[in-house]
Amino acid sequence: MIRTLTLSAVAAVGLATAGHAAGAYDTHIEDFDFSFEGPFGTYDQNQLQRGLQVYTEICAACHGLKFVPIRSLSEEGGPAMPEDQVRAYAEQFEVFDPEIDDFRPARPSDHFPESGLENAPDLSLMAKARAGFHGPYGLGINQFFKGIGGPEYIASLLTGYTGEEKEEAGVTLYENTAFPGGWISMAPPLWGEDVEYADGHENDLHSISEDVSAFLMWTAEPKMMARKQAGFVGVVFLTLLSVLLYLTNKRLWAPVKGKETA
Amino acid sequence: MAGIPHDHYEPKAAWEKSLSKRLPIIGLMYDTLMIPTPKNLNWMWIWGIVLTFVLVLQIVTGIVLVMHYTPHVDMAFASVEHIMRNVNGGHMLRYIHQNGASLFFVAVYAHILRGLYYGSYKAPREITWIIGMLIYVLMMGTAFMGYVLPWGQMSFWGATVITGLFGAIPFVGEALQTWLLGGPAVDNATLNRFFSLHYLLPFVILGLVIVHIWAFHTTGNNNPTGVEVRRTSKEEAEKDTLPFWPYFVIKDLFALAVILAVFFAVVGFMPNYLGHPDNYIEANPLATPAHIVPEWYFLPFYAILRAFDDTVWVVQIASFITGGIIDAKFFGVLAMFGSIAVMALAPWLDTSSVRSARYRPMLKWWFWLFVVNFFVLMWVGAMPAEGIYPVIALIGSAYWFAYFLIILPLLGVIEKPLAQPETIEDDFAAHYPKASKEAAGGQAQATPAE
Repeated sequence: MIRTLTLSAVAAVGLATAGHAAGAYDTHIEDFDFSFEGPFGTYDQNQLQRGLQVYTEICAACHGLKFVPIRSLSEEGGPAMPEDQVRAYAEQFEVFDPEIDDFRPARPSDHFPESGLENAPDLSLMAKARAGFHGPYGLGINQFFKGIGGPEYIASLLTGYTGEEKEEAGVTLYENTAFPGGWISMAPPLWGEDVEYADGHENDLHSISEDVSAFLMWTAEPKMMARKQAGFVGVVFLTLLSVLLYLTNKRLWAPVKGKETA
Repeated sequence: MAGIPHDHYEPKAAWEKSLSKRLPIIGLMYDTLMIPTPKNLNWMWIWGIVLTFVLVLQIVTGIVLVMHYTPHVDMAFASVEHIMRNVNGGHMLRYIHQNGASLFFVAVYAHILRGLYYGSYKAPREITWIIGMLIYVLMMGTAFMGYVLPWGQMSFWGATVITGLFGAIPFVGEALQTWLLGGPAVDNATLNRFFSLHYLLPFVILGLVIVHIWAFHTTGNNNPTGVEVRRTSKEEAEKDTLPFWPYFVIKDLFALAVILAVFFAVVGFMPNYLGHPDNYIEANPLATPAHIVPEWYFLPFYAILRAFDDTVWVVQIASFITGGIIDAKFFGVLAMFGSIAVMALAPWLDTSSVRSARYRPMLKWWFWLFVVNFFVLMWVGAMPAEGIYPVIALIGSAYWFAYFLIILPLLGVIEKPLAQPETIEDDFAAHYPKASKEAAGGQAQATPAE
């Protein structure tokens, strides 16, 4: 189920990295149907692992995830990869170790590398730093069911290239229907079939965009599942407490109000 | 407490007598907990407990967060992410603290509006009101400085805009701003002093809350009728009141549990609903966000601040008379602080002899218009200052001032109040006719259910 939301560029929050202000360009954010939406939504472990693959093979060439410890890949409520696999994964990155004053292969206790390209923003929190949904009436209440639309923004951006290009002050800009202002300096990173999934999952542009966006939601909010569970337990017990206190209060006041006590 | 006659604590056991002679702490606790409370209090009288609870919640979560937070421009943002990712339960602590600030303001606005509707600010409760206003101003300062600590884009640019307000003060403004910031711009010195004050002010608030409670325990609670508790004899007072424990403690705890259930739903399922996405981007002094918007609880005052630009005739006159000393920017700052000042002066601006708007047919309408206007200002404060919005903001701001400076003084003269009940007992009996029958023989024997 894919609905299309049209949002004005003014409402879409974002920083124009190329230095141009958000104009009157009508951006549009596609409402992807992610597994982690709503109060009971959870991450799809397989999707996160696929997203990690897309991130590693493509995004990581320019972007970084400097706030994310590599070891968290093995945490529950995330990609939940086996620890030896995480150790092997970490070794592909080189990190500078001030203790030996040299570079060494990364360990799970290290963080993902920073962005390699200066004007490529860090992606650790990108899914929380962008909002796709503001409705209804700008109140944003639908976030309860759909989230703030950060991953939708990312996926829409990745699939939103029109193919138009223009040169501005020596920089090539690409038309993108999700980006505030409509022109972005990032060249289209995904075309479809950019990665080959081991499990044979579909790898068209739409699918890999969705997978990597889900992965970036997890990097932004790794404790989401624990949080929702804590929230649920809190709501259940507080509701129970409310009922008990309501009954206590009713009985306590009954003689004062001249009502029958049960 | 003073005023309403009631039974006081009598030490019985030898150790109690001995302790009471040296430190009357049990008596103090007894009198505080057993304070005679008007029995007709409605559900708008629960916000005080909610506020006290949230203050404690914020202090406790805040103290733990400080154990993991680093107040330095290069590390603050990363240390918040460290809390969110690595600290056990850190993400819950942080989200509770962050949303706790919003709950604090929801409760304080309900609490203030209740006071305005039922005339709780009127004699003899002016000091309670003034202390409350002081607490409110300190709360705003504390919340503002707390918002700066994660060192995101909105933290940085919000701090830049708000401290810039002080720069608008004529002659001393620039020096004052530099002094506040600890330098020419928002930087590490600013972050450090905001951190220090964000830790200090909650304890100042706690002290003022105690004075606030002390003050209204001295005068007794107001109530929905605005009619005072009878104080001529203990028997009469007991017909109007019930002890705080257990009647109001249980009632308030019930309300608190319901509110916390909603609060936990927000924290658990949409913790970033009231935040701004830009604050998940690390502060960057070189990139200004497209829209700098304060947190929702500041929006009405932000709207008032922005409403007075140099096209408004009042501003032009003020500028002309003062020879340009009061320019549009400074006028806006004066209006923003003035809007809270006029609210604090409500006890002396309201000329009516009747407290509760229940018996004030005209005030009732103006009050609800004031509430609607409050939300309109909140909405317009989030909108860009262009098109129709500044006009709406100006009308809303004008009404804010008119409510306190014109309507409250004038209504006391022209309004014909309705008949008030003789006593709180009468009001209560009107709601619960059965209770009054039982009370006919003597006083309603209020024994807690066994």
